[in-house]
Amino acid sequence: MSERTPPRVRVSGPSRRPTLRPARPRRRQIDDETRLGELYLRSLLREQLRHSALSLLALLLGIGSLPIVFYLAPGLSDVRLLGMPLPWLLLGFAVYPFLVVVGWRYVRSAERTEADFADLVETVDRP
Amino acid sequence: MNQAPGIVAVALVTIATLAIGTWGLRFSRTTSDFLVASRTVGPRLNASAIGGEYLSAASFLGIAGLVLVRGTEMMWYPVGWTAGYLVLLVLVAAPLRRSGAYTLSDFAEARLGSRRVRVLCTVIVVLIGWLYLLPQFQGAGITLQSTLGAPRWAGAVLVPLIVLINVVSGGMRSITFVQAFQYWLKLTALLLPIIVLLIVWVGDGGPHPVDVASSGVSPRAWALPLAGGDAQGLYLTYSLMVATFLGTMGLPHVVVRYYTNPDGRAARRTTLVVLVLLGLFYLLPPLYGALGRVYADTLVASGRTDVLVLELPRLMVPGPLGELLTALVTAGAFAAFLSTSSGLAIAVGGVLGQDVTGRPVRGRRLSGIAAFRAGCALAVIVPCLLALLLPDVGVARAVGLAFAVAASTFCPLLVLGIWWRGLTPVGAIAGLVVGGAGSGAAVIWTLGTLPGPGWASVLLQQPAAWSVPAAFLTMWAVSLATPSKVPRDVHRTMVRLHTPEQVTLERGPRRV
Repeated sequence: MSERTPPRVRVSGPSRRPTLRPARPRRRQIDDETRLGELYLRSLLREQLRHSALSLLALLLGIGSLPIVFYLAPGLSDVRLLGMPLPWLLLGFAVYPFLVVVGWRYVRSAERTEADFADLVETVDRP
Repeated sequence: MNQAPGIVAVALVTIATLAIGTWGLRFSRTTSDFLVASRTVGPRLNASAIGGEYLSAASFLGIAGLVLVRGTEMMWYPVGWTAGYLVLLVLVAAPLRRSGAYTLSDFAEARLGSRRVRVLCTVIVVLIGWLYLLPQFQGAGITLQSTLGAPRWAGAVLVPLIVLINVVSGGMRSITFVQAFQYWLKLTALLLPIIVLLIVWVGDGGPHPVDVASSGVSPRAWALPLAGGDAQGLYLTYSLMVATFLGTMGLPHVVVRYYTNPDGRAARRTTLVVLVLLGLFYLLPPLYGALGRVYADTLVASGRTDVLVLELPRLMVPGPLGELLTALVTAGAFAAFLSTSSGLAIAVGGVLGQDVTGRPVRGRRLSGIAAFRAGCALAVIVPCLLALLLPDVGVARAVGLAFAVAASTFCPLLVLGIWWRGLTPVGAIAGLVVGGAGSGAAVIWTLGTLPGPGWASVLLQQPAAWSVPAAFLTMWAVSLATPSKVPRDVHRTMVRLHTPEQVTLERGPRRV
């Protein structure tokens, strides 16, 4: 005679309904050009294009704005920092690290987007 | 003037180039080796090779001279040539690699499935390549003339000859090592002398380059980064920006390097390293220009500013040390001519090998490697003859125009082809014709006449600001008007261009 009642275990037989879809990774949706696959691809493209657009915007604001600034305020070219004229300091030195930083940030975010995409489409959907 | 150190320097660069080329030959066996080094080049080596190939005579000699004469406004050239790689990185680097094609013509055909677009692209690639090679060969003639006292034709024949031997024997595989070596040679050849020259300058009390009395422009105009400071100067500056920012991605010798990366991710990382290497190099030429304003006023007065980099060490440091430094910069300049010309020869030769010399003639056709070699010969000999026959066109001007043509033709094709499904072959042809004809007319006009004061002259001098938007709009509008011509396999193509390689997907027929 046992003091404790054994915990209740639910026993069920195998499902009699046939599985609707075989297990398969989501990437097959892209190969089959279904609407869902199309959605995966479009979201990847949109995300990548967004990173590109942001980088180009940084380029436009950071470097593309310089000529118009010096056109409107030519007196700025008389300003000297560390003995060097401001335009020289900007065009001769500052732009290059700026370009590398913008490029580096872009590479990081583009690679992350690709890794996310790979995770997403390698997921196997079980019914 | 003692010519011995210069002769030794040129001879050493030639021997090193041929030796590394021959060493690389041991690895070159298949057609794929010749064209794209079998796609096995890692980011660092590839980035050095891109840097070596890209830094032409215009960068090594041209910028310093232009900065000396016209001041800060000329620094937009190196800035634009570097920023062009950022635009290339964010818009086309990885998809271009993933397209799996050898050349721009291959890309166009794979994306649009049209022979006609392919033929048009081939014509434009060859024309841009020749426009870029012509001033390299002429510049080589001028350099050997001023440093060694050789006749003008000697350099213009010697450089194509060495390039041809190297490219024909080893192809892309061996050229990759040569180009990588030449980047570091060019950097050293500017860096060591400028350190010595800066020490001399500080020893002289460091006279300020802006304030010094010069027979060139006034201190204020020299410091202002706009041509003339008026509305035309503003237009010229922005148009130059458009041409250099967008033209880099369309240069044949730049694009062909992307196919040598193992995958799209590596293509991006390579481009990032290129940004670092170019930024490092471009710190130096403007310093030569600034010191030139202090020490090389005689060159401004005599109009020989193109040789500033070659002459400055001799002017500032008399004696054997000056001769040694002169030999070093001469070696760097010669490497600049060789590496850019080799890259262009490979790119143009590859295209010609596929579409011209590789075609069957009377039922017989050349094998892949033989066709590539014949294409390279054609790519080098035509501009060599032009360099001997035409008067001097000026390195920076001709190179600047090549950028404008590339920006007006291949930039819209690549950007729209990669990011927009709606591009049609008809639209691509219309855009290429509009951009090519507009910028091409400007090239012919500019090379034929002297710049005038009117707006018409200014617009033709720097066409990119109007020809690039015109090409984009035409390509877009004509494609919209012909929606039935959108390629049927565009979905597969987009999957191939944009999805990372590690995901197993149907990417359509690959062209390897």
